Amino acid sequence: MTYLKTILMLCAGLALAACTDPARFDDSNTVDLNGGSGAGVAGTASDPTSPAYFQQAVGDRVLFVIDQYTLTPEARGTLDGQAEWLMTNRDYNALIEGHADEQGTREYNLALGARRANSVQEYLLSRGVPASRLSTISYGKERPIEICSEESCYAKNRRAVTVISIAPTS
Amino acid sequence: MMNRFLTLLAALLCALSVQSAQAQDGPLRIEITEGVIEPLPFAVPDFVPGSAAAAQAASDISGLIAADLTGTGLFREIPKDAHISGITSFESPVQFADWKAVNAQALVTGAVDVDASGRLTVRFRIWDVFAGQELGNGLQFVGTTEGWRRMAHKVADQVYSRITGEGGYFDSRVVFVAESGPKDARQKRLAIMDYDGANVTYLTDSSSIVLAPRFSPTGQRILYTSYESGAPRIYVLDVETVSRRVLENQDGTMSFAPRFGPDGRTIVYSVSRGGNTDLYRMDINSGQSTRLTNAPSIETAPSFSPDGNRIVFESDRTGSNHLYIMPASGGEAQRISTGSGNYGTPVWSPRGDLIAFTKQSKGRFHIGVMRTDGSEERLLTASFLDEGPTWSPNGRVIMFTRETQGAQGAASLYSVDITGRNLRRVPTSTGASDPSWSPLQ
Repeated sequence: MTYLKTILMLCAGLALAACTDPARFDDSNTVDLNGGSGAGVAGTASDPTSPAYFQQAVGDRVLFVIDQYTLTPEARGTLDGQAEWLMTNRDYNALIEGHADEQGTREYNLALGARRANSVQEYLLSRGVPASRLSTISYGKERPIEICSEESCYAKNRRAVTVISIAPTS
Repeated sequence: MMNRFLTLLAALLCALSVQSAQAQDGPLRIEITEGVIEPLPFAVPDFVPGSAAAAQAASDISGLIAADLTGTGLFREIPKDAHISGITSFESPVQFADWKAVNAQALVTGAVDVDASGRLTVRFRIWDVFAGQELGNGLQFVGTTEGWRRMAHKVADQVYSRITGEGGYFDSRVVFVAESGPKDARQKRLAIMDYDGANVTYLTDSSSIVLAPRFSPTGQRILYTSYESGAPRIYVLDVETVSRRVLENQDGTMSFAPRFGPDGRTIVYSVSRGGNTDLYRMDINSGQSTRLTNAPSIETAPSFSPDGNRIVFESDRTGSNHLYIMPASGGEAQRISTGSGNYGTPVWSPRGDLIAFTKQSKGRFHIGVMRTDGSEERLLTASFLDEGPTWSPNGRVIMFTRETQGAQGAASLYSVDITGRNLRRVPTSTGASDPSWSPLQ
């Protein structure tokens, strides 16, 4: 038992050492991985045609109940705003990222994230956003934005984030 | 690359001439099916070096043999400082009285030679001290000096299998996901190591998320899921050349959870399309794929039976997650898990009789086993988050991921005997998850 403890402590030390190595986790590594964390989004929130406005004023994410993928009334409200913005700003495409909290196995959570992303996609389609401008991806439990192991964090991690990018010119 | 000495080793199993001894099933026997209470005491005095050049290897090899055996929880080492007599000559008669006096029931003696070209030769004998007899025949392994750990594992496998009557598992490897960085920006790399955590080699860099690797039945290839192309897709990687290719690349889909069938070319995996996840199989040589399930529920985490005829998988078709078995060609599935809670990640044992699984119940995670008809469910572990069991080649030990709670939470690998005893952390220098155990090499 003491042996186990010693090993665990050693490893904790190593993990900490790894975190403090600045070369390994510079901004260029972490921005995209967080999925809609806000960093690096162009424009200012005061410009209603900017991605920053979409993210902050419209709201780029919706949250889900534990193990569910149906949209809450609040989520539908947010998505109505997203659809309206996308219909106005036709130069942008949307990638919808589905995420899960850490309570669940890795592969099931991937599938659950896919369901959540799809719920959002279906809703945006129903509001008239063309399918050609929408795509989905699931990160399962791989990219939490909140790291505590409590419901307050889990609630924010069970999310679908709509990430806006300029559509490639055809 | 690491397989280089597989060929070099050429594991020359040449029996040394031994006059009398036939393997005997007398008192020196561990019946591990009944769950061992008292570990069997054994001694491994330092192997006899043939020259000064072999001294370090001789000491390292005997030490690792002892560590392998002790690590099973089935054996207890009599420490060297308690030994009355050492072994100074491999050929001299064993002084059984000296070993009886320290209650060493099994004794492993050996000799190590290194020649001018760096070739390492290990000879050993296993003794039943109380019967005053050799247990089986002496053997010798020839390899390279860098391969000394594998040779020690091979000796330990012999000791284990002769005393327990079951196959060993020490000369095996584990492919896993090495993790570093904070919880909200974790970096993941595919890595391979010996079963005991030694000799780590990285197979991918940390530029994209990689998940849930699985060894092919021969251990030469690895299936895994990567975000390399943006979306999760399944890949096959050759261990020797570290070359990889994507197997499923349909637009608008994700593919994940790939597993080999026993033929090494048929795989089963999940595809998500329009939010729905189903199981498919593919011949990876031809690329031909077939859909196996067609339901609005999530079907994932498949595992072939060792004979390749059936597939066990996880589905939430009833509203909660349960384990199901269907024919390997698809068709009607039979639910096998019956308890409350969520069941996932079923893995068929190499012997075919058990299914290991993850169970989530009342806010805790467990690794458990059940028979293939769902009976005799036993939970082996409990923690904040245990998941993803993989079987040792002999079906006696399960390795899995344990993740600790909270903002500083990290993943590491643990192993546990299928009796639920001998829970141990597998030493890794970084965080580690998603282990898959290779066959015996």
